[in-house]
Amino acid sequence: MSEQVSASVPALRLEAIVKTFPGVRALDGVSFDVMPGEVHALMGENGAGKSTLMKVLGGIHQPDSGRIIVSETPVKMSSPLEAKHKGIVFIHQELSLAKELTVAENIYLGELPRKRFGLVDWQALFDKTNTILQRLKVGFDARTRVGDLSIANQQMVEIARALTHEAKAVIFDEPTASLTDAEKTVLFEVIDDLKSHGVGIIYISHRMEEIFKITDRISVLRDGQYRGTLETAETTEEDITQLMIGRKLDLTRHASDHELGEVALEVKGLSCGSLYKDISFKVRAGEVVGFYGLVGAGRTEIAETLFGLRTPTGGCIVLEGQEVEISSPVDAINLGISLVPENRKEQGLVLGMNCRDNMTLPQVSDLTAGPFVSDGAEIAIFDHYYDKLEIKTPSWKQQAGNLSGGNQQKIVIGKWLSMHPKVLIVDEPTRGIDVGSKSEIHKLIRDLASQGYAVVVISSEMPEVLQVSDRIVAMYSGRIMREFTSEEVTEDSLIQAISGLGDNSGQAA
Amino acid sequence: MNNESRTRLIKKGAIWGFILFELVFFSVAGSYLSLSESAFMDLDNMLLLLKQSAPIGIIALGMTIIMINGNIDLSVGATYALAAIVMLDSMTWPVFAGFGDWVIPVSWILALMTGVALGAVNGLIVWKTGVDAFIVTLGAMLGYRGLVFMYNGEEPTSHLNWTLVDFAEAQFLGLHTATWFLLAVVGGLWFLMNRTVHGRNAYAIGDNREAAVNAGIRVGPHMMINFMLIGFLAALSAVVFYSESGSVNPNDGELFELWAITAVVLGGTKLTGGAGSIVSTLGGVIAIQLLRKGLGYIGAGTETVNLVIGLILIAVLFLDRQLNIKAKGELKV
Amino acid sequence: MAGGFSRSNIGGLLAKQGILIAFVIFMIGFTIANERFLAPENVMGVVRSSAILGVMALGVTFVVISGNLDLSVGSMMSFSTIVVLDLHDKIGPALAIPAMFAMTLCLGAFIGFLVGYLKLNSLIVTLGMLSAIHGLTLTYSGGKNMDIADKDGTWFAVFGQSSALGIPVPILIFGLLAAVLGMVLAKTPFGRKVYAVGGNGVAATFSGIRRARVVFTCYLLSAFCVATAGLIQASRSLGSQNTVGQGLELEVLAAVILGGASLLGGSGTIFKTIVGVLILGFIQNGLLLVGLQFYAQYVVTWVIIILAVWLDIAAKRGRLLSPIA
Repeated sequence: MSEQVSASVPALRLEAIVKTFPGVRALDGVSFDVMPGEVHALMGENGAGKSTLMKVLGGIHQPDSGRIIVSETPVKMSSPLEAKHKGIVFIHQELSLAKELTVAENIYLGELPRKRFGLVDWQALFDKTNTILQRLKVGFDARTRVGDLSIANQQMVEIARALTHEAKAVIFDEPTASLTDAEKTVLFEVIDDLKSHGVGIIYISHRMEEIFKITDRISVLRDGQYRGTLETAETTEEDITQLMIGRKLDLTRHASDHELGEVALEVKGLSCGSLYKDISFKVRAGEVVGFYGLVGAGRTEIAETLFGLRTPTGGCIVLEGQEVEISSPVDAINLGISLVPENRKEQGLVLGMNCRDNMTLPQVSDLTAGPFVSDGAEIAIFDHYYDKLEIKTPSWKQQAGNLSGGNQQKIVIGKWLSMHPKVLIVDEPTRGIDVGSKSEIHKLIRDLASQGYAVVVISSEMPEVLQVSDRIVAMYSGRIMREFTSEEVTEDSLIQAISGLGDNSGQAA
Repeated sequence: MNNESRTRLIKKGAIWGFILFELVFFSVAGSYLSLSESAFMDLDNMLLLLKQSAPIGIIALGMTIIMINGNIDLSVGATYALAAIVMLDSMTWPVFAGFGDWVIPVSWILALMTGVALGAVNGLIVWKTGVDAFIVTLGAMLGYRGLVFMYNGEEPTSHLNWTLVDFAEAQFLGLHTATWFLLAVVGGLWFLMNRTVHGRNAYAIGDNREAAVNAGIRVGPHMMINFMLIGFLAALSAVVFYSESGSVNPNDGELFELWAITAVVLGGTKLTGGAGSIVSTLGGVIAIQLLRKGLGYIGAGTETVNLVIGLILIAVLFLDRQLNIKAKGELKV
Repeated sequence: MAGGFSRSNIGGLLAKQGILIAFVIFMIGFTIANERFLAPENVMGVVRSSAILGVMALGVTFVVISGNLDLSVGSMMSFSTIVVLDLHDKIGPALAIPAMFAMTLCLGAFIGFLVGYLKLNSLIVTLGMLSAIHGLTLTYSGGKNMDIADKDGTWFAVFGQSSALGIPVPILIFGLLAAVLGMVLAKTPFGRKVYAVGGNGVAATFSGIRRARVVFTCYLLSAFCVATAGLIQASRSLGSQNTVGQGLELEVLAAVILGGASLLGGSGTIFKTIVGVLILGFIQNGLLLVGLQFYAQYVVTWVIIILAVWLDIAAKRGRLLSPIA
């Protein structure tokens, strides 16, 4: 189908791209190139500038300076549609599909083939779509309603969009986040197919095993700057990490130096429909238990159940030796369970509310003088955690939405510490937070444990669980695969366990 | 996913099932309760029902495309009244004195242009200011109504043109003129929403606005066209109704927006946009009209109609939610 | 940087106080045009005639801040008025008033149950209730106007017609209710929860706030305000049509929006709502005083609502025109 492009001319070349937002230099002279038929990984910490760069490439943002060159032609793109016409296609992490429309309409969204008088040429539309779908070897046809497809198939629709024009470069942003293994295999076949047609591919992912499996080269961004390109075959995970964070990753485990207390929380055979089954574990006072697994393994759902947001279908929860029933967050809070949720902006904070009010929200009914909220009591709480957590904000009056991710997370943590819980559950504590704040939060979690809190940490980042946990529970597809102590755990065994490869024998009760 | 398809099918069929239920119920209940000699499902009665559905129906169909597009229009009732005044009043303007009956098409065009212009104002404001359509049209509802009152104070505006009345009262192939207009609008809008690029893009915008923008669809002009269309349809509804009645009160059309939205929601159009069907809205309109007539037939007054329609609207919302909840185990938030 | 700083300051000022500034400009303009405008009796007259709208707007402010709408307040007010007038002759005013409040609160509780506990869309629920309550009122009254038989021999007129300390009672009721509800919203734990639920309902739930209960209570408060407004209305006229409150729901909403509450919830104050109510009242009055016809106020209100909301979001996004392509 595609003309064979000479392999010496890059499919896509970036030259000194600069993009600033008020107060931030999001991209600071980024340059690299992607050859035809190459899978080029783009890596970097959250906030390193990957998504801004992708938006520049996708035509959503315009660069302040620098050039984008597609097959030797410098291009300027003012919209995603224009980017597509210039040969750059962006496959979003969050699917951007209209679910009520057909597959064909989604693939040709914004450029439906027309007949006279603005009529849609359905025949042409379905024919063209079916040709593309055949090439992708998918099991649905052009007239299917997108909302009826599985997530993986919806992703295929996104990918099919890339094939409507002779794409020179296709950008995948975390494409495997919600795919099963079988679906991943199909995706990788598609990527191979694109490669063989001479398309250059930019592949963004945090998953090292995928990076090593399918990419040819790896470029790394840090703080908006280009940090170098590595040949995948000649590099190691440590080299990449070092480029990404600017230093050797500190993988020292914080061994507990304090005595553990009584069992604070025990979960026995807990199940919740198809989300997770037969979950049993214990957390002792002063202990940090890490839950590690892929997105969708059921970890967050367990936390939500413990916090009264889901109704379990079986099993029981025992808190300090007493079997308890938790049917709402209010119950959970009264029993001494706190949850720092996964999604800070949607679940953790009222962004339009000031920092202090956010922090005191769960106990505002108790902070009263007469019928009114006591200003003094609230400020006292805020000041205490402002100092203790080293929150950086000009004043408590600042809207939570104006704070940086790390400081927002500290507000949420402060909110729950001020409730003096027995069990603190922290879901993805450092998602979207810069490296500096990350290590502060890790240290904080360890400190909390040494003060006698029972802490559950849920994380998708291996270094994080390894660093903070006394024990690690590995989950796969709604089940606990294995439980590790911090002495026995190795990265390999952990990866095996969360990919469903580990044996079940290690499951402790 | 089969489950979801089935749910969708149930939803699509629900309104017609409900109409069937109403027909049976009122026929049976009527045979015990009604004082009238004729059966409820009398042909003349049904034809009259279609005719009476036309004014609200035409507006509700316009509301459907507005809501599919992800907006709402509260100003339709005022637009309806203003277009009616323009039509009736313009027939008496001295400029058109020598036109004879040719004044009829001229006044129609003036009325329709009024509707389009008022819709365009709403559309332009929504597009250019980014203020939510709910607020824009809430304001316009007051503003346009103000214009209605400023036109002729609290006096009714009247003009009877007998040629026009004859036309409006005529029946062709058994159906009244108003019914033909209603059916033409159903056909036209169905074609627009299902066969044209504008219609499909309007669905896409309501469904996933960001995706539409990213795909290069220009959201503003599409919204603008839809607002102009609903303005046109509100005016058309006025043209259809007042050609026959010949007199408009400045309060006419009040609460039309609520009736129209009720019909649209009964027809299953999603409040958040992206899904909905012209034909189902027709079902919603007929269901409401059946209810009015049926309750009247078994001896209940308008008060019961209001009560029942309000409660049915809430019940529909409740059932819709129950259907959706069963589809997936939800978080308790 | 300095230039941007001062500009954002002006933008911020406009966004925060724009409606107050507009209010002041209007007042000055009308005063120049007609010196009677700011005369005490005129001001008192305006506030007095705004009292019913104002009382209803207080309750709706709670509902809007909690992230919902209430389109049923108009027909609910008709209901209260009709009921209290009817019961006045049947069981006497002393019993009629609490009975009417109880019935209106039941309606509010029903809406609160549907929106709060069943989580149904408030726009459609209250739209349905607008129609249903209207039907209820018509059923109750049999479609006839309701009048008190002995209009001179009842103390019932005190709420609408008399004055205390030289201030008309409707203004006193409005002022008192505004003060109490203003304190509830700004100072109590419940008020804080209303803001949290409207600002981010999910985060509020994750913080252990019983969202359904908060929404439910907001609708109860709204119904209470409506009942109070119905009482004033009934007492003022001592007779009423079934449609006395028709259309008020949108005027009330206009006042609340004019005060700067966002329909998305989480923002707004009682004070701002009062400003919104007074703006509507003074514009109506001012336009009449400068000789414009009564209905011109609707057109002016339209323009003001759009401008107020437009400037508000323009200041927030930092540019006048929307980025919609």
